[in-house]
Amino acid sequence: MTARNIAMTIDQVAVRFGGLVAISDMSFTVGEGEIVSLIGPNGAGKTTAFNVMTGFLTPSAGQVTYQGTTLTGLKPHEIADLGLIRTFQRTSVFPNDTVYHNLLIGLHRQGRVRLLDAILGLPGARASERKLRQKAGELIEWVGLERRAHDLAGSLSYGEQRLVGVALALAAEPSMLLLDEPVSGMNASETHRFVELVRSIRDRGITILLVEHDMPMVMTVSDRIVVLNYGRIIAEGTPDVIRNDPAVIEAYLGHGAARA
Amino acid sequence: MRAVITILLVAALASVPLWLRDPYLLNALITTGIFVIGAMSLNLLLGFTGQLSLGHIAFFGIGAYVSALTSLGFDVGLPGDLRLVHAPWPPIAGFVLAILVAGLCGYFVGLLSFRVRGAYFVIVTISFAEVVRLVALNWVELTQGPLALTNIPSIALPLPGFGEMTLRTKMHNYYLVLVVALMAYLLIARLVHSHFGRAMRGLMENETLAVSVGIDVTRTLTIAAVISAAIAGAAGSLYAHYIRIIDPEVFAFINTVTMVIMVISGGKGSLAGPVVGGLIFGLLPVALRPVMAPEAQWIAYGGVLMAILFVLPRGIVPSLAQRFSRRRSNAPALAPVALTETGAKEPA
Repeated sequence: MTARNIAMTIDQVAVRFGGLVAISDMSFTVGEGEIVSLIGPNGAGKTTAFNVMTGFLTPSAGQVTYQGTTLTGLKPHEIADLGLIRTFQRTSVFPNDTVYHNLLIGLHRQGRVRLLDAILGLPGARASERKLRQKAGELIEWVGLERRAHDLAGSLSYGEQRLVGVALALAAEPSMLLLDEPVSGMNASETHRFVELVRSIRDRGITILLVEHDMPMVMTVSDRIVVLNYGRIIAEGTPDVIRNDPAVIEAYLGHGAARA
Repeated sequence: MRAVITILLVAALASVPLWLRDPYLLNALITTGIFVIGAMSLNLLLGFTGQLSLGHIAFFGIGAYVSALTSLGFDVGLPGDLRLVHAPWPPIAGFVLAILVAGLCGYFVGLLSFRVRGAYFVIVTISFAEVVRLVALNWVELTQGPLALTNIPSIALPLPGFGEMTLRTKMHNYYLVLVVALMAYLLIARLVHSHFGRAMRGLMENETLAVSVGIDVTRTLTIAAVISAAIAGAAGSLYAHYIRIIDPEVFAFINTVTMVIMVISGGKGSLAGPVVGGLIFGLLPVALRPVMAPEAQWIAYGGVLMAILFVLPRGIVPSLAQRFSRRRSNAPALAPVALTETGAKEPA
């Protein structure tokens, strides 16, 4: 692997809820343009790690740095302004709006115009609005949901809602994208297409950090994998290294399997 | 098609004083119109951000008092032998000040409560209205307390080249209220269809997701509160200069409830909803008066409200619009009412 500039540094982050330790002392880095996966059994602390990185949760100790900016104390929307955008496991869409309007909401960061200009319908605001509508159309096409553009997002299948979630995140112009279990609820062919999509996102120069349970998918798409168990990192490396790591096999399959 | 309907509706509203000569009915239409403006401003918060302001009448009343005091003038003592003396200004200046001061109050209430939102906002707004009412009741030197501010001048419009036109008659005031209501409607329509409106909508539907795409919750809600309060203040000012007497009863809780009823029955979150609901519940007491005893009127009022919410649970305008569109095309049905109320939250 060639040396990359580091995009994100997670430095000795710990999260405790009262006596419960969700994450104890987690440190790793993500390079620019890399696809890194964060895996681990249920309850390993993956989503908690995401919540810390995107400002939804303040870590009990340690800090996250993104492109030289320390994220501690920043609100989620301020972190979004740094280009660090996430998707969500469950509620990934605005359910009562059409897919098209979902995207228009997602384009918030790109369409900031002065309120007065918008109220008076000044040319600047109208031009910005035209640009947003065009971009929304492009994004829908890019994730392949043209036929569903004018359906309510809440009426889509789970797999399609995932795609809307990703399109929404892309609408916010990320430089790094955090995907929280993006292929859960997708069938094999949908997952296959999604892998292609993730690769094409990376080809746009966007760094990707992925939390996912679908092991074949993770093994195909990742440059590097970080394995969490009980809130600590137990292994880190390329898919080939992780596949053969005894600690990882033990965490997933238990002692007996490790010895077998 | 839409534009034609709009023009016809506005023309119909504008023609009313030409054929309706009964001053009692015209008076009812004017006060209803003023309350419709208040209901529209409440709808901006309740319908488009999901925040329930149960003290909305405070902004209305502040507008009324600010406008009245600006045009009447006052002379009050301050601590330390200071006196604050204000000579009367033209009522139109009072109208502008009412909008500004009410908007400023909206800013502080929003700033105070939107960090936590939901139930806190409801409580802060109720308390705010009660505090303002108590001030109006007890600061007798400024507000005359329960003795009321009287002889508030009518609004006079400066006409360049012709001097001034004082709006004394009911017909004048009808058109004044109609023009302000149309402006408020247009302002809210532009706002909710803008970039800012989409941010509000995103926050109401899925706050976590909205925040993650870069929408600033506190800022968005506070701006909505300022604009909503300012419009309510404008309505209050119209009220003061039309009725020409105001007392602290203007802050009564029942007035807020009336506005909430207008918004909910007409359909929160639809632009025309508060207008339709406002006209129905503003004019219903007038329609019931000749046919019923006073006690029975309120029972009928409640009955009509329950019937509307039972038959059209989303409110009149959205429910009818949905039925209409479903008949024409197979448009997707909206999610059940209960589902839209529970803002889905991503567990941390």
